[in-house]
Amino acid sequence: MRILIGKIGLAKIGDWFDRRLQLAAPIREAAEHPVPRNTASWFYVFGSAALTVFLLQLVTGILLALIYVPSASEAWSSLQALNHDVALGWFIRALHGWGSNFMVAIVLIHMVQVFLFGAYKFPRELTWIIGVLLLLMTLGMAFSGQVLRFDQDAYWGLGIGASISSRVPIIGPAVVKLMLGGPIIAGATLSRFFALHVFVIPGMLIAFVGLHLMMVLKLGINEWPMPGRIVKRATYEREYHALTRQEGAPFVPYAIWKDLFFAAFIILAIAACAFYFGPFGPTGQPDPTIIQTAPKPDYFFLWLYALLSLLPPSMEAPFLLIGPALVILALILLPFLSGEGEKSWKRRPIAVLTVLLIAITLGTFTRFAQFAPWSPQMSAWSGDPVPARFVQGTTALERQGALVFQFKQCRNCHSLGNTGGQRGPALDGVAVRLTQDQLIRQVIQGGGNMPAYGNNLSPAQTTALVAFLKTLHPAGQSPARDASRDIVLGDSGQNASGQR
Amino acid sequence: MSTKPALVPSSHETISRRGLFMKLGILFNGFAAMVLAVPVVGFLVSSVTRGRGNGYLSWVPLGPIDEFPEGETRLATFRNPNVMPTDGKTVDTACWVRRVAGEKFQVFAINCAHLGCPVRWFPQSGLFMCPCHGGAYYRDGARASGPPERGLFEYPYKVENGLVTIQAGELPTPGAAIASLTGEKPPCAS
Repeated sequence: MRILIGKIGLAKIGDWFDRRLQLAAPIREAAEHPVPRNTASWFYVFGSAALTVFLLQLVTGILLALIYVPSASEAWSSLQALNHDVALGWFIRALHGWGSNFMVAIVLIHMVQVFLFGAYKFPRELTWIIGVLLLLMTLGMAFSGQVLRFDQDAYWGLGIGASISSRVPIIGPAVVKLMLGGPIIAGATLSRFFALHVFVIPGMLIAFVGLHLMMVLKLGINEWPMPGRIVKRATYEREYHALTRQEGAPFVPYAIWKDLFFAAFIILAIAACAFYFGPFGPTGQPDPTIIQTAPKPDYFFLWLYALLSLLPPSMEAPFLLIGPALVILALILLPFLSGEGEKSWKRRPIAVLTVLLIAITLGTFTRFAQFAPWSPQMSAWSGDPVPARFVQGTTALERQGALVFQFKQCRNCHSLGNTGGQRGPALDGVAVRLTQDQLIRQVIQGGGNMPAYGNNLSPAQTTALVAFLKTLHPAGQSPARDASRDIVLGDSGQNASGQR
Repeated sequence: MSTKPALVPSSHETISRRGLFMKLGILFNGFAAMVLAVPVVGFLVSSVTRGRGNGYLSWVPLGPIDEFPEGETRLATFRNPNVMPTDGKTVDTACWVRRVAGEKFQVFAINCAHLGCPVRWFPQSGLFMCPCHGGAYYRDGARASGPPERGLFEYPYKVENGLVTIQAGELPTPGAAIASLTGEKPPCAS
């Protein structure tokens, strides 16, 4: 057989096919189309890297589908089987999970690069708009993929999605039932997200990636932006063609070797992360009767988790419903608002500052969300004892107050000695900030995000608790005093409630 | 090859036989698409249309009244009235049952009124706390602090034949609160 092929020659076989397919010429033309020399840069590798990761996701996704069962009663166990029973199932899951993290990151980096290099300007406006749609689809894949990992986080994450959707005026409740495929999060919900994740969004992604690539080929890759080289609709295309004619080089092999190197590097990086860190979850079973859970979204939605805690309640609904629409609208309008002019980031300070501002904002929110200082620590009251130094040398009443402090779950929101919740302020030095009267008022009436405990504490408990809180001040600093009481009641006034 | 003028319409006013058939063909396909669109769209939105009115809601039992001591708040679970074969464990739902006194109850949804995370009851401090964004509620379900804009959702309930029964079947969300069915909001914490 080998001799036979050798005799006929590979070239002849190739000719036979190409006579019928007629693809060689257009492929050669696409591969050898001239690109401006300075675009053969390491800054220009992110688009092809995103495509590479997308292909990896397609392959690993199909592999996972060989075992995964999209049924609310079986999905979780089929993931366990992938993790533990099927040979290398854990690795394929890890590749797909890390691939999704890398894909979101690379798509965002690609977008920032395109924005800073002015590549969205004339005549590449539509390429940018399709890119925005591709970003939305990538995020849609990330969210729906998290749902397919049908565990506790997925279940309650869907509840959060439903709660947000329900706030749309008028059609909110209908949107929720459409999204869940029924009145509750159940089997139909998972099947629906499976269809989205496996058929609908990937199909759209393939079609739009094809369009996106075709336009890059037809319109040419964006030239390296030079400060002072202004884009004008009337002259740009002529200038670009002159540029590629004079100092152009064939894309293959002049520029593609950097894409190839970076693509291989990214694949290896994903494989390394998958190997060392393993697959994501699944966490606990998606059983809604197990309520001892603190759901958190995946990494790329953590900023949203933080934002939802920190927004004032009245701002939340408008922000959630109008905010995303405004952002998408701004991204789509961008090439129409600044379709001409400077491309170089060196002459576009507002563009650079915008990117920095968004990056710092998202980074800060993500960092916040990792330790979630707004969530009460549900087990602090029973798990973190009051550090001994806070009760040494205290009176019986004050120690009773420390017990009340723990037993009434104050610790879930207030830390002592750096352990406990961070929802409310740390109380290590509270006696310096608040007088006895202010402490009593705060405990009984609450306020400033603290529930009122007036209904839940007996007068004796309140007295003991406040006595304990009054001992919480740094050595050498006296507790806050209400000066007027000294005058009205004399020196005994501050000690009226049995204080030292 | 000689071109046959009959195949190409000579002007916009005249229409050739084949041109007419093509237009009729498009029209015919449009009609077929419309015939199909009705059941396709009907299928797609069936989860919405079935829920019109009280379509999804039914009365489900939580347990004998003796299981809920007076003055206490207990966790109860119930099976969702609409079950599909592939639902698995997701049809079992938890709720908090507060027996105020006698046959007077409050049955709270497990879902926080902010974004639906499961709230936990702390009898010692008399508070429901949410693990997600730190919402807190008093024992009567009224909002105490945090991002929720309202109190906990309440299921309508009745006591029949010694069984505590609630009207359930839909995920309570801020936009479509099942509490609105009872027509009353939790009384203010005094």
